[in-house]
Amino acid sequence: MTHTWLYAVAPAGPDPLPPDLPGGVADEGPRTVTADGLLAVVGSVPTPDFDSDTLQRHLGEPQWLERTARAHHRVVSALGGRALPVRYGTVYRDDDRVRALLTAHADGFRAALAGIADRTEWGVKAYQDRTDPDEGDEEDGAPEDRPGTAYLLRRRSARDRADRALADAAERARQVHRTLAGLADRSTEHPPQPPEATGVRDPMLLNGAYLVHRSRAAEFARAVTGLQRLHGPVLRVELTGPWPPYSFADLPIGPSGPSGGDAE
Amino acid sequence: MSTPTPWRGNGAAPAYPGTSAAPQPANLADLLERVLDKGIVIAGDIRINLLDIELLTIRIRLLIASVDRAREMGIDWWEHDPTLSSGDRRRDLAAENRRLRERLGELEAARSKEDAGEADADAGPGAAEPPPARKGTGTRPRRTS
Repeated sequence: MTHTWLYAVAPAGPDPLPPDLPGGVADEGPRTVTADGLLAVVGSVPTPDFDSDTLQRHLGEPQWLERTARAHHRVVSALGGRALPVRYGTVYRDDDRVRALLTAHADGFRAALAGIADRTEWGVKAYQDRTDPDEGDEEDGAPEDRPGTAYLLRRRSARDRADRALADAAERARQVHRTLAGLADRSTEHPPQPPEATGVRDPMLLNGAYLVHRSRAAEFARAVTGLQRLHGPVLRVELTGPWPPYSFADLPIGPSGPSGGDAE
Repeated sequence: MSTPTPWRGNGAAPAYPGTSAAPQPANLADLLERVLDKGIVIAGDIRINLLDIELLTIRIRLLIASVDRAREMGIDWWEHDPTLSSGDRRRDLAAENRRLRERLGELEAARSKEDAGEADADAGPGAAEPPPARKGTGTRPRRTS
């Protein structure tokens, strides 16, 4: 017995899937289900591992989650930019349910596909660069014969400096976002990732995602390089991507969508 | 408006100038953020709920669980972070040092007020015992500003 895991939705065309698609979340070979001029890339996953309760439990297992999230991402990435990526963990009882989904929301899918056609997602993160806290900046007039007082004064001025530096960096991060958003068709900001998740202790001040048309990709890349230089010593700007347009896939099946798992 | 381009089977992603040719494995946090969206997935016939806080926990546990992989990717921050490695003692010492210096600062601040008071008292009559060896007082003008 299997369920049907949904990876992506694309316009149906004469061509089959890319021949060298990687294995899916259950190491299965992805295949397609078509209906209404649309094509869903799906995989058959064993029911015992992917029913609601088991899946929920698996999500708490780091290795399992990482392995399957990467597998999902590999399949979506291999589809080459024409497909609307579907969220990880979208599972249907069988192929018929997927066909019903395509038919019921054909217009929504087509609109969403038009929104991402010839566009790709770039991620830009900006961290405050705190490698240069100018520690040696001695305060004039600090009483040398009173090390404690001097220490408190130094600490206060260091704290003020740090506050100002952070505010400056945050303002620069907002500028970076505005500039890049101006080059993108759409943009969004993910919540800044905590140091525990990034392995970087400098505070993340921007975690932006930008949907950029192919014709502006080079311009976008140049803009990022320019911003890196412009804000160099204060802000560390990192570019990731190209991503499948995960952050801009307006699926008609999300939590607010009409078919959020409802039965018929 | 542009209509969706029909599927093309070769799967070749368009080349984007300005990016390196070889795609790197996606940073896990970046990936989860995207594929799990806002930490809540309700789709298909099966509902998955991941609250934000759980998502964060998962990320951390993922990172800790995949130490070897992280090392391969050049991430080894926990080995240098005293709060996460065996550097607890070093952290305690640093904290104690900070507390002591702050206390010292407070004491000195209190002391300078007393000094001002004492100066008056010394000048007055009936100061029976000389203060024990306070060198320097009065020999050097002390700035108070």
